[in-house]
Amino acid sequence: MSQERRLRILVAKPGLDGHDRGARVIARALRDAGFEVIYTGCHQTPEQIVQTAIQEDVDLIGLSILSGAHNYSFPRIMELLKENGADDITVIGGGIFPLEDIPRLKEIGIKEIFTPGSKLEDIVKWIRENVKPRKMDAA
Amino acid sequence: MGNKIFSESAIERIEQEYKEWLKDYEKALQKLPERLERFSTVSDMEVKPLYTPLDIKNKDYLEEIGFPGRYPFTRGVQTTMYRARLWTMRMFAGLGTAEQTNERFHYLINHGETGLSTAFDFPTLMGYDTDSPLARGECGRCGVAIDTIEDMQRLFAGINLEEVTTSMTINPPASVIWAMYIANAENEGYDRKKLGGTIQNDCLKEFIAQKTLMLPPEPSLRLVVDTVEFGTREVPRWNTISISGYHIREAGATAVQELAFTIYDGITYVEECIKRGLNVDDFAGRLSFFWNSHIDFFEEIAKMRAARRMWARIMKERFKAQKPRSMLCRFHVQTAGCSLTAQEPYNNIIRTTTEALAAILGGCQSLHTNSLDEVYMIPSEFAVRIALRTQQILADEVGVANVIDPLAGSYFVEALTDRMEEEALEYIRKLDEMGGMVAAIEKNYPQMEIADSAYRFQQQVESGEKVIIGINKFPSEIPPLEVIHIDPEIERLQIERLHQFKERRDKVKLQKALDELRKRCEGPPCWENNVMPALIEAVKAGATEQECCDVYREVFGTYTDPASF
Amino acid sequence: MSVVEQVLKGDVRAVARLLRDIDDQVPSTRSILQQLYPHTGNAYVIGITGPPGAGKSTLVDQMTAYYRKQGKTVAILAVDPTSPFSGGAILGDRIRMQRHFLDKDVFIRSLATRGHFGGITKSTHDMITVLDAMGKDIIMIETVGVGQGEVEIAECAHTTLVVTVPGLGDDIQAIKAGIMEIGNIFVVNKADREGAKKTVQELRNLLEMGKKFRMETGAGKNGWDPPVVETQAHKGIGVDTLCGEIEKHREYLTAQAPEELEQIMLKRALHQFSATLKDELFKEVIKRMEGKGLKLEDVAKKIMAKEIDPYSLSRTLIKEEFKEDA
Repeated sequence: MSQERRLRILVAKPGLDGHDRGARVIARALRDAGFEVIYTGCHQTPEQIVQTAIQEDVDLIGLSILSGAHNYSFPRIMELLKENGADDITVIGGGIFPLEDIPRLKEIGIKEIFTPGSKLEDIVKWIRENVKPRKMDAA
Repeated sequence: MGNKIFSESAIERIEQEYKEWLKDYEKALQKLPERLERFSTVSDMEVKPLYTPLDIKNKDYLEEIGFPGRYPFTRGVQTTMYRARLWTMRMFAGLGTAEQTNERFHYLINHGETGLSTAFDFPTLMGYDTDSPLARGECGRCGVAIDTIEDMQRLFAGINLEEVTTSMTINPPASVIWAMYIANAENEGYDRKKLGGTIQNDCLKEFIAQKTLMLPPEPSLRLVVDTVEFGTREVPRWNTISISGYHIREAGATAVQELAFTIYDGITYVEECIKRGLNVDDFAGRLSFFWNSHIDFFEEIAKMRAARRMWARIMKERFKAQKPRSMLCRFHVQTAGCSLTAQEPYNNIIRTTTEALAAILGGCQSLHTNSLDEVYMIPSEFAVRIALRTQQILADEVGVANVIDPLAGSYFVEALTDRMEEEALEYIRKLDEMGGMVAAIEKNYPQMEIADSAYRFQQQVESGEKVIIGINKFPSEIPPLEVIHIDPEIERLQIERLHQFKERRDKVKLQKALDELRKRCEGPPCWENNVMPALIEAVKAGATEQECCDVYREVFGTYTDPASF
Repeated sequence: MSVVEQVLKGDVRAVARLLRDIDDQVPSTRSILQQLYPHTGNAYVIGITGPPGAGKSTLVDQMTAYYRKQGKTVAILAVDPTSPFSGGAILGDRIRMQRHFLDKDVFIRSLATRGHFGGITKSTHDMITVLDAMGKDIIMIETVGVGQGEVEIAECAHTTLVVTVPGLGDDIQAIKAGIMEIGNIFVVNKADREGAKKTVQELRNLLEMGKKFRMETGAGKNGWDPPVVETQAHKGIGVDTLCGEIEKHREYLTAQAPEELEQIMLKRALHQFSATLKDELFKEVIKRMEGKGLKLEDVAKKIMAKEIDPYSLSRTLIKEEFKEDA
């Protein structure tokens, strides 16, 4: 009779890059941490990602990207979330980012960026500390 | 079997002595225990403290090791190896526009590079033009944007295409890009029969690992066979498939999985070509391989030696090849991108050097060495020069290229080579039982095996069982590094250029060419329906990469990775 | 606007959130469902079950395309297993339905079993209520697909598809063992594969045997004979035929055998009522028990220590609690 929310997380790869090793490892780690992970894999457009996040009522979107196209896709996703009144969903990124891009991404509302070498454990810990499931009676 | 290296009596005496030594070892450990609970390769293969003749006591020299350039080619594919000609130094390069990449090509050639290797951007890799909505933000980021034959012309401007061999890392749209290359070369007055180079064109490893997906497996294979058939007849110096383990390894596979899945992909291509009616000895000599050289030194050398022996035996026994050339596992190597760290990036030079050394001792035919900044971005000129110099120092200063296969006869290396082969053959039997690679891919089998290995490795890193300096031992922050910037403005310019190009075309001629391509795709696979001649005509008539790929997508349908866990 | 109004208007975000609340057993959902219930009964519910690798998601994707072409709105519930070790899950079915992500008239939701057996989730029935009330014409439910014992789908679907593929080895055995009885339509997917004809024949033989048995016992003389449909879902081949058969089954239920339709609706109503009742009763009893200072954990400990047994304790609690009220 658990009355706790289970955290729901969308793991997606925007853009055309298909290198999904990181996304898959993180999806498994999040499952093993007890979260429900919706995995939509590679080649997702910002529009698809936002629609999925809304239909699946996720608390967190984890974007994995290695192609360097984040300066287009990340702002577009944030914009679409706002347009759809879903900007309460936390968004984080993982992959390869030039250091000077990170402050800009945080400015537009990406809560955290995980760079190569990040520990799974730390990512899980960050999520537990920073992402709370939507309140029980907020429906 | 009269060619055993060791006599029975010698083995007996060694065995006695070995037992004595083991006692010494145990005793010594009482005073100072081993520093690790378990010693294993980066692929988690456990290794013993010492290897002796006992580990290769049944070795038949001629059957299993032999001589360079002779079956089973364990010691190398050429008789003279690096004493006559060094491996080709081939740096993977591509950034921004065709002009920018051309500039990089010239830079590398001026610094002693001996072969070209082209990296395309993601839209090009996926068969989309720069003006596709799906391509937003991607232009020129991870390679060069090639939409048209004019881009191709700009890419190779000032380079003699009959002298330099060119490798192009392109997969689902390989036939289209190759057609552009041939068409451009012919426009420039070169003879297609004299063009040398490689297209990666390995669709199976895309399903297994890299996920550059466009078409379902069946039509993907058909297009691969079309290119092999065309190459065999028309472009005889071209390597039409580079059967690639590199990406399988980067996706997290072990060395054995890389070896097994790649060799099995090779088996599949050979089977498909034979089904088309090609004679194995007519095309097999143009198949080449591409291995990863990861951080575990001996494991990589053993893997490459095992690959040569396995492929030779498979071609001879399974496919009844007659020509020695058909049995050669000729290969390119790239050092492991996934072994590099963003933390203390200069350490990557040391990693790459070690990996390059393994590739050389493994007997590669060409080599790309990663630049220290590739975990951040496309390499800068400064970083790429160090990477190229790494190869040159190994070639000319260190002396490792003076003797052929110098590690043969090492008890450890020979034993590890045997073990690689045995374990890979186990996978090959399993894949045979599953009904081949396409069936296995549909069952998600290789994908899951790799995902399991990747996850296990990550857990071993987190527990400290596997060490990465700068990450889990002597951890360090990611420092800012001077990296190359791709101007977002080039996307707009490339689109503008593309639109102007489209305006200039003869619409009627173009449509006719594309209709011919469609007709061939819709027809049964055979020489009369080979897509290559139609593609060459189409791109000469101005068809863009995407326009050709759209024909493919419309006729053959698309494919989404099932991504099971 | 109240949640009920939002749902009735088809507000995607409100529906998505309500489904989550139902899955998480938020108490307020009871009254919302109560208000939505009168607005239901218009959707046609299709269940899709079968072993893993049978291509269920691809089939759902193709059927969605078919119904969309007919102008019908579609909702999909796709169920994946929860890890028994961590309680987490990876839900990946929707990957194969990507081309519908941006279609406003297709709603896709991934669900984790959360320990519920039977191929669907505990919440599925209530979710159907919501999707029906939001105005979806077609609701498709893709079960977990572990192969056996996934019979609960027949309690919520009007038409149940059992999907299989040639070459899974003992797949027919698995079907025989569990789900032969619940299939209204059998699908042999990947029918271009070797062994497809054999699989189709084996299925037809089994169905024939079932029919004979039905005739002998006199049940359903003019009953529905489940057809076997061959498809190649990845190419969209056979999907029209399949949807045609579904339509025939729907016509059969509404025109020829309203009593069967009634049976399905009855079963579903009964299931929904009994599941809800069990749940509410359990919660009520525990609440009262805890009100008296008896904690659930302590009770469990006592049972473990054999101080009391679960059987007599349950009986005592029910007797005590309900005597007062009566």
